[in-house]
Amino acid sequence: MHIELKAPLSEKELRKLKVGDKVFIRGKILVARDLAHQKMAKKAPVDLNGSIIYYASPTPRPPHHIIGSIGPTTATRMDAFTPALIKKGVKVTIGKGKRNPEVVKGSVYLVVPGGVAALLSKSIVSTRVLAYPKLGSEALLEIEVIDFPAIVAIDLKGRSIFK
Amino acid sequence: MRNIPAQKITQAIKTLCIQANTELTGDVEQTLKKALKAETSSTGREILEQILENAKIAKREKLPLCQDCGLVFVFIEIGEEVRISGGSLTKAINDGVKQGYKEGFLRKSTTSDPLTRENPGTNLPAIIHTEIVPGNKLEITVMTKGGGAENCSAIKMFKPTSSQKEIETFIIETVKNNGANGCPPLIVGVGIGGSFDQAPLLAKKSLLRKIGSKSKMEKELLAKINKLGIGPMGLGGRTTALAVHIKKAPCHISSLPVAINIECHAHRVKSTTI
Repeated sequence: MHIELKAPLSEKELRKLKVGDKVFIRGKILVARDLAHQKMAKKAPVDLNGSIIYYASPTPRPPHHIIGSIGPTTATRMDAFTPALIKKGVKVTIGKGKRNPEVVKGSVYLVVPGGVAALLSKSIVSTRVLAYPKLGSEALLEIEVIDFPAIVAIDLKGRSIFK
Repeated sequence: MRNIPAQKITQAIKTLCIQANTELTGDVEQTLKKALKAETSSTGREILEQILENAKIAKREKLPLCQDCGLVFVFIEIGEEVRISGGSLTKAINDGVKQGYKEGFLRKSTTSDPLTRENPGTNLPAIIHTEIVPGNKLEITVMTKGGGAENCSAIKMFKPTSSQKEIETFIIETVKNNGANGCPPLIVGVGIGGSFDQAPLLAKKSLLRKIGSKSKMEKELLAKINKLGIGPMGLGGRTTALAVHIKKAPCHISSLPVAINIECHAHRVKSTTI
């Protein structure tokens, strides 16, 4: 089933997502990885209620492009900070690789293929730095996406696509 | 003696860094196309198609294949009759990396200190492996390798009496436990023998050759790995690895080190001769 997702998300919308579903995300999503997670778990610089976080950090933007290449990074590296961020309202995380359903309890984990970063950059229509500019490529970004493709890897019931 | 200006090396390294990051090598592309034909999972096929499409976009628009443009590994064979003029080899290489990563809009992923985690934004230093060989040429190979796949690697010191089967189990278990996070389909580099430091280097060097399993052991391991069902990006399917490469070296009578270096499908290796 193909579903459209748009942040901010409600619990009701999350419940509709079943493991294996293919979704297309539209609207604004946050981009953060290791160092930004460490900081956000302590004190969130923006309202995270209903938010979607994409685990990534893009390559520098070349001229005439909206953004550089931007694929997912390994999700398990954010595990230590994920429950705290879910408490702060994060509803969906997007990354790559196997993950323990316990870690993402109360949220939905989506995967996108790793290493197809040039292709994924084509779904992004705007980008801005929200916080931690000093982290350079690891800064917290907000990007606007159209038809950003992902697969439900762990749903709200804790069912996982990974064996 | 043959004089090679350091500047020429800088230029070559810069070009190789940009090419490696934006152009998928032909052998990987061919192997992916073959895998696409053999893949039975529809999600698996979809992902393999996306990987091939990504390579087209990256080449056409000179965008990096992967946002993780990696650490830079430089393997350089230096002919005994070569003399480098106008600067040091190390500086020439690092200047090339710095220029390539700046001009190619590549992500800088190298921290200056492993504990304080500062990123000076140069992607330096390159990890350089030199070898002195007969002749008057420089053979330069640049490999850029992402952190996700590198993190899935492993080493184990086996007993000299350990069986080949035990080694194979270690290799398969490593892929089984970590493979989904290393961006499969993988290339599994294996180093057998040498010492504690040499085995991982053998594993890494095994990744430099043309993609394809050749020996009986490599072919058997590939078949077993592809029966694990991990599939492209770990979402199921028969394409978990594109190849298993093994490189061996003599070792001590007491030891049998085995190292596994996991490589992702965005395999970025380019070479040139000066």
